[in-house]
Amino acid sequence: MIGFRTLFYKELLRFYKVLLQTILAPVVTALLYLVVFSGTFKGRPDILPGVGYVAFLVPGLMMMSMIQNAFANSSSSLIQSKIAGNLIFILLSPLSTFEFFLAFVGAAIVRALLVALGIYVVAIVFVTVPIRHPLYLLLFGIFGSGALGALGIIAGIWSERFDQLAGFQNFVVMPLSFLSGVFYSLRSLPPVWQTLSKLNPLLYMIDGFRYGFFGISDVSPLLSLAIVIAFCAAISATALAMVARGYRLRN
Amino acid sequence: MPVPAIEIEGLQKHFGSVHVLHGIDLEVASGEFFGLLGPNGAGKSTLINILAGLTRASAGHARICGHDVVSDYRHSRKTLGVVPQEVVFDPFFSVREILRIQAGYFGLKGPENERWREELLAALMLEDKADVNMRALSGGMKRRVLIAQALVHRPQVVILDEPTAGVDVELRASLWTFIRRLHTEGHTIVLTTHYLEEAEALCGRIAILKQGRIAALDSKQALLRRAVHKTLTVTTAEPMGTVPEALRDKVRRVTGHCVELSLHKGVDSIPGILETLRVAGYTIVDLTTEEADLEEVFLELTQGRTG
Repeated sequence: MIGFRTLFYKELLRFYKVLLQTILAPVVTALLYLVVFSGTFKGRPDILPGVGYVAFLVPGLMMMSMIQNAFANSSSSLIQSKIAGNLIFILLSPLSTFEFFLAFVGAAIVRALLVALGIYVVAIVFVTVPIRHPLYLLLFGIFGSGALGALGIIAGIWSERFDQLAGFQNFVVMPLSFLSGVFYSLRSLPPVWQTLSKLNPLLYMIDGFRYGFFGISDVSPLLSLAIVIAFCAAISATALAMVARGYRLRN
Repeated sequence: MPVPAIEIEGLQKHFGSVHVLHGIDLEVASGEFFGLLGPNGAGKSTLINILAGLTRASAGHARICGHDVVSDYRHSRKTLGVVPQEVVFDPFFSVREILRIQAGYFGLKGPENERWREELLAALMLEDKADVNMRALSGGMKRRVLIAQALVHRPQVVILDEPTAGVDVELRASLWTFIRRLHTEGHTIVLTTHYLEEAEALCGRIAILKQGRIAALDSKQALLRRAVHKTLTVTTAEPMGTVPEALRDKVRRVTGHCVELSLHKGVDSIPGILETLRVAGYTIVDLTTEEADLEEVFLELTQGRTG
């Protein structure tokens, strides 16, 4: 347990030491989205019954930021230490595959939750965002960012150069997170796009997370939760298998 | 019989079609100071990486203090400390933080471990840099931190992969004093180095790797005895002009009144050579002989050099 705790603590320290970049910057970015979109769509009819557009945006922006930051945390930590060579100190230690995985994913979840909390605290100064189901918030928050933390491990291990990781981030994570209903409701899309959107697992994270705030969602929250947990389990299993095999870690 | 520090059986490694290790068998006894030598690309680092669990062997087994490096990796890694060849560091942390984190990976905490880390800082002359970020340290300092990191968990077996490459003379001397102390305290030391005089001065037994195979494995003295050449330097009263025809293929150097000759042990006789010089008109004033050093043996074994 001490080994896991140490690696977890080290990963927390790593992003804590660059707080400006890892927590404050994503909070400011999310708030910029909020300001721009709320200004642009002022007076637009409610997307969900009784939920104004600005309030509607807040949970989506929170979850989108969680998704991107959880992914960034584990993937950037791994690729940096792989390229700098200091990953050797972890690889030389007796840490198990599961301890390794859990420490990286755990730190990614903590960073994601802090970013989300930061966005929420600033957003409620301007707009009322009620919390109807806190347990759902927590579960979607943990499993959603956990899945992306695990995906970050996969990308960090697979990438051998920074541009490969940037490709993963820009061509996989960003489009999936932008096209997951952050800025719109699934109901507002034409049927074809609704069907395609339902193939995006990130959609269920955002929809379920939004349910935690407003008690309203496009998809049943339990179904969303089941899909998010299954997605998290599948990604985690892949990441664990890669670490256990030593894929691109222990050649 | 005590468990060997390192046991290697039939170890093979290939990267695609490139065979780096061709079935290495090797045993290092507990408490030995062992040298692992070989030219670049001989497979030394691959062998060390397999022992450390950084590389997976294609075939064969390796054990550290009886623990298999794959099936029982948690125990094998607890008994092994590796000082890597390249200077690598985590730029986010200070020296003290790095050592505390490294100890934590091995499940160690508490005042006793903290005292040991402070001891390491003192022994490696890092005390005044303990709270400095790694980025701000010189190359030599970073290398000392690498050594401290490898020792935070008091491993029974310590592998040093070229620990003094690029290190200044003063630091090198202080590092060896420290490594000698570890050896005296009972640690098994395995050293790879390009400075053969270091291996000669420190190691009891030496393995020489060549193209993924063990070309020689013996005590230092036995290896030195293997050398087929020795050097004879003759000083003459007359300036050395033309070297007699019979000696020309043995000449290494001619300077002023001196001629340096490479003799093949058991073939060339010193009285015979002196007689040849006398017949050629030279008066012998002085002569010295010098046995081969490890470098000589190393070159003979790895390059097939014959003088």
